[in-house]
Amino acid sequence: MNIKAFLAVTGAAALVASGALAQQTGPDDDRLVVNNEIEVVTDAPAPDHMEFVRTIYSGWRFRSDETQSLQMDDFDNPAFVFVDQAIDDWNAEMGANGESCASCHEGPESMRGLRAELPRWDEDAGEVYTMEMYVNECRTERMGLDAWGWNSQDMRNMTALLASVSRGLPINVATDGPVRAAWEKGKEIYYTRFGQLELACANCHEDNYGRMIRADHLSQGQTNGFPVYRLKQANLVSKHNRFRGCIRDTRAETFSIGSPEFIALELYVASRGNGLMVEGPSVRN
Amino acid sequence: MKRALLSAIAAGLVAAPALAQGIAPTQVAWEEEVAIASPLTDTAPDVENGRILMNKGAGNCIACHQVTDLADLPFHGDIGPSLDGVGARWSEAELRGILADAKRMFPGTMMPSFYRTEGFVRVGEAYTGKAKEGEVAPLLTAQEIEDLVSYLKTLKYQ
Ligand code: HEC
Ligand code: HEC
Repeated sequence: MNIKAFLAVTGAAALVASGALAQQTGPDDDRLVVNNEIEVVTDAPAPDHMEFVRTIYSGWRFRSDETQSLQMDDFDNPAFVFVDQAIDDWNAEMGANGESCASCHEGPESMRGLRAELPRWDEDAGEVYTMEMYVNECRTERMGLDAWGWNSQDMRNMTALLASVSRGLPINVATDGPVRAAWEKGKEIYYTRFGQLELACANCHEDNYGRMIRADHLSQGQTNGFPVYRLKQANLVSKHNRFRGCIRDTRAETFSIGSPEFIALELYVASRGNGLMVEGPSVRN
Repeated sequence: MKRALLSAIAAGLVAAPALAQGIAPTQVAWEEEVAIASPLTDTAPDVENGRILMNKGAGNCIACHQVTDLADLPFHGDIGPSLDGVGARWSEAELRGILADAKRMFPGTMMPSFYRTEGFVRVGEAYTGKAKEGEVAPLLTAQEIEDLVSYLKTLKYQ
């Protein structure tokens, strides 16, 4: 148990003693095996670049048993309705000359490994690339199609499919070399206290994970489970949409989905999960 | 002064009826940088409203704090300490200061500054995610701060 979890537990003991409501605390000890097959490691030593956290945890470890169990079998995981739609898109001959994703890439399994490395530097484009950007590059440059909206249903479905084929692989994004400037920018955003409530990502997800903020059990805000299926929304949620929601909740002007700021933040937050495994599409409340 | 008065009125228009608006956030007289000796309004505080604000609206104090007196309400957060006994631990002036701008008493604290209007990064229009246009109103009105102070003063026992 790390210090923070220890504090959270002792805090809860004090609460029970004082007669207030008993609370859930810290990450739980459950193990995640998907489809009785994929062993997903949900904690790992924090990467060296993280100064204030010793162990990193998947958000799965902070959810209730019921929510957790939905992610343990693809037949129970509601996100797979959307993955199935993406498989149809993958195979559809939708390009200007009848191309499909499959005609260039064969099955979606050919993309195994990609999700774990993104965002990464793209040499040809000369910028940091996310999954959305790769998908759209194929659509516009190779298939003669319009770009999908970053947060469109089609795009979220496709990113869910492309995450699913990398499940169980360790997140391993680069933090130096040509991505360094973006990584630094993302880090600065992570520690900036935005909005009238003056809250940084770090206030909730680094200083207070494991604790309750009103009815929400705070996780480390890791992105290894994205896109996530949120039961509340009954749909897939993209990383940038989650970032936007978290910043909006500080009574701040947010950045836009797909903006350079959110791409930088996506890279930095992904790097805080280096060592956890790809879980997407995961299930959250 | 004139500008401050105007902005106080502008803030008041959104937040509360003009008369009860009290001393503007920028005009507060701080004692030792952390406490506020005189009430922000001259209207008698409403303890019952203070109790309601602990749970509702821009106060929402139990998002982070536990309070045994409010145990009938669900979901007390545990980011901040239990407020049981704060009325005995702190003077009225200190409680007023902590509510108005907790970062003075507790540098770097996560607790929001409820009666401050300056120094924010990318302030939004409430929870819309859009940029705030015009003057920033404090999270709580002067009267709401007084109502909350009067409620916290009742929390004498651990
Ligand atoms: C006021 C508190 C607060 C702040 C500030 C905040 N978040 Fe969150 N965040 C939450 C809550 C509550 C949840 C839902 C419970 C959870 O997973 O932690 C959440 C969830 C998330 C998730 C989903 C994790 C998962 O496994 O599903 C990510 C990613 C995330 N936040 C990233 C961020 C980033 C990046 C920032 C800063 C730009 C940020 N958050 C700022 C409260 C906050
Ligand atoms: C986002 C979290 C958060 C919210 C919301 C919040 N507080 Fe706090 N509060 C804290 C923290 C954290 C501390 C501890 C100070 C520190 O950081 O050392 C604190 C300290 C206090 C203290 C001093 C407690 C003591 O025993 O020393 C009082 C009094 C207080 N808060 C009252 C309130 C009231 C009243 C509200 C609502 C109007 C409120 N707080 C809202 C986080 C919060």
